[in-house]
Amino acid sequence: MNSPSAAIPESLNNLISRATSLSDAQIEDEIAESIYRTSRELSREAVIYTGAGEQDRTEKLDRILTSPIWGYPIMLIMLGVIFWFTIAGANVPSSMLAETFARVEGWLTALFMAIGAPGWLHGILVHGLFRGTAWVVSVMLPPMAIFFPIFYLLENYGYLPRVAFNMDRLFKWAGAHGKQSLTMAMGFGCNAAAVMSTRIIESPRERMLAILTNNFVPCNGRWPTLILLASLFMAAGFAGSSATLVTALILMGMVLFGVLVTLLVSWTLSKTALRGVPTHYTLELPPYRRPKILNTVIRASLDKSWNVLKRAVIVAAPASIITWIFANIYIGDTSIFMYFVNFLDPFGQLLGMDGFIIAAFILGLPANEIVIPILLMGYLSQGAMLEIDSLSELKHIFVNQGWTWLTALNMMLFSLLHYPCGTTLFNIYQETKSAKWTFMAFAIPTTIAVGVTLITATLARSLGWV
Amino acid sequence: MTSYRVALAGNPNTGKSTLFNTLTGLKQHTGNWPGKTVIRAEGTYVHNNQEYTLVDLPGTYSLYANSADEEVARDYIVFEKPDVTVVVMDATAMERNLNLALQVMEMTDRVILCINLMDEAEKKGMTIHDRKLADRLGVPVVKISARNKQGIDQLLDAIERMAEGKITTRPYRVTYSEDLEQKIREIEPDVRKIVGDQYPARWIALRLLDGDYSLLKTLQDQLLNQRGKGVETGELSVSCHT
Amino acid sequence: MVLNKTKTLYDCQSGEVVQIKSLQVEGTMRRRLLDLGFVPGACVKVLQRSPMGDPVAYRVSHTTIALRQEESSRIWVEEIGGDQG
Repeated sequence: MNSPSAAIPESLNNLISRATSLSDAQIEDEIAESIYRTSRELSREAVIYTGAGEQDRTEKLDRILTSPIWGYPIMLIMLGVIFWFTIAGANVPSSMLAETFARVEGWLTALFMAIGAPGWLHGILVHGLFRGTAWVVSVMLPPMAIFFPIFYLLENYGYLPRVAFNMDRLFKWAGAHGKQSLTMAMGFGCNAAAVMSTRIIESPRERMLAILTNNFVPCNGRWPTLILLASLFMAAGFAGSSATLVTALILMGMVLFGVLVTLLVSWTLSKTALRGVPTHYTLELPPYRRPKILNTVIRASLDKSWNVLKRAVIVAAPASIITWIFANIYIGDTSIFMYFVNFLDPFGQLLGMDGFIIAAFILGLPANEIVIPILLMGYLSQGAMLEIDSLSELKHIFVNQGWTWLTALNMMLFSLLHYPCGTTLFNIYQETKSAKWTFMAFAIPTTIAVGVTLITATLARSLGWV
Repeated sequence: MTSYRVALAGNPNTGKSTLFNTLTGLKQHTGNWPGKTVIRAEGTYVHNNQEYTLVDLPGTYSLYANSADEEVARDYIVFEKPDVTVVVMDATAMERNLNLALQVMEMTDRVILCINLMDEAEKKGMTIHDRKLADRLGVPVVKISARNKQGIDQLLDAIERMAEGKITTRPYRVTYSEDLEQKIREIEPDVRKIVGDQYPARWIALRLLDGDYSLLKTLQDQLLNQRGKGVETGELSVSCHT
Repeated sequence: MVLNKTKTLYDCQSGEVVQIKSLQVEGTMRRRLLDLGFVPGACVKVLQRSPMGDPVAYRVSHTTIALRQEESSRIWVEEIGGDQG
């Protein structure tokens, strides 16, 4: 082995100064051009094009998918179609799962009675653990197992770079990076993962923008809340397939509103705390490639189902138990949970919601999946225990608690806009290494969520709509 | 049983990740490259009873260290010296992909060119003369279609033979203008004096002339590190599951 | 190569095929453009503008790359042909 001399720094420095004296500005170009010229010669020798219609299909498709007239409408229609499939497809399996779980709950109760188990044990395990987890699974599993395979098909087909291409001008206006639309697309799956994916943005300023606003894209854990409330309340006046359509349109509106908030927040930040001009970038539009359809669908649905189940067990199960305990330990004649709820109620009412909802969002910090289960448990714990074996009965519970369309709308808005979940915040801290920016990632969305719901509530009330 | 280290380099959108997933299946894990916020994916596979550790380098258009991605990929190939570097190429865009391949070939002899997406190229009526390319470039060329699992065995065999030292390559070196070649000749001997035979002297000379200071920094650290600890073969932790 | 008019890539219309003369871009972006095949002498086909007019997609060395006006207006080209690539 040729051991390096003791004076590495000096000899290196000598070398550098010699190289610098030999170097000139043209060398950079010359190297790049020479290599490119060689590549071109080699590929001319070794690659023969016999097909006439080379690249035709992609170009033709792009002419439509990114056209000034059709580009945006097609994007919106695709989004709408994905939602439509998700909602229409998820209804039946969701209620089947709910029914099955209700039946199993009956058996479990019978079993607990038969072995003479104490009431509190039955409460914790069946009404807490089992019911909470069952809710998460039956409400979340079907939509996620339908939404993501379709989404991944589009992604594998090569459509996402076209979205980035179409949307680039808007992000440039907002002072953000063009790749932000790609990290936002990741956010549909999981904001925590999307925060990691912002690494594809090299400039720290633009990366921070992408991190701080990613939360305005509804994730895995919030989709079901949005779908559930939209279909129960917003589309209530419509029947059958038009109800599905209305639900899909409302979801689309929510997503577009999220995009709008993203752009506005990015714009504001890039004019204030994160001032600067967008860095240069290039975007490759790869050819459309027919994905392995079956492969993608199976892999994505299994993947997502597994994910949902895992989260249900890891996060929803313990949270359900804790919530049940809080709801059933009484101080005087009021449970701990109710003290909490009553304390929050005036604030919740001000925002067009109630104390239960705010409590559910606060207790749902670890994971957005558990917000609805906690809310239901809260509602059910005070009052008669209902047997819920269909999703439509859910609405009765909500309506009995005084819900109106405004309550549903504001809960949807709050869900869309509020602080990121615990995992996401943790990742933000990991990625930014800054307590200040992690706090901002919490504070900005929360302020917006409170502000927007306050406005809609005040407006709806003063106009006498509710 | 020690594991051979195989690096996957290539442009974005070449199906590099598909190949990585096909080869490693579930035996993969991700982390961070030391000191960099670039995702590092690593996995293992077994071929003919020999274990291989596959490192999926970030997809890049070149290796001049314009970005953290490129720096990571470049440093791994040069300083960690994998047993084999596979350049995954998009058959439908050979020109641009050869651009990266030629850069890799300036950095190491242990290169295999893997032309992926052959199914797509054929559909477009393209013919790629892999033998001619291999002759001209002096390194093995394997045509595959990762998503149809075609050509994978040939690729694995080529990797095996190269890792075991059964293939000698003569990588094609880009010839620059006489002026630049003269400058390279002028400083290459001095580079060799400092780095010895363990790093590609011509390539380093070229980078120096290009004013690539991030490389110099890494090079200096590497050399000092070695002097302190004796020869180090890289801190890659080999994960053995099988 | 009848017309010998130089203009920037940004000024080109969809469908035009042009040859790159020079890049007035410096630093990392210059390198990036060179890596992608925007080298002097290369042929570029202008594909189309995004719905809001910018960026524009270009066909270069058998790949499609979108550039914003900031870059494309600093790439000098010469017309060489009509509507085919």
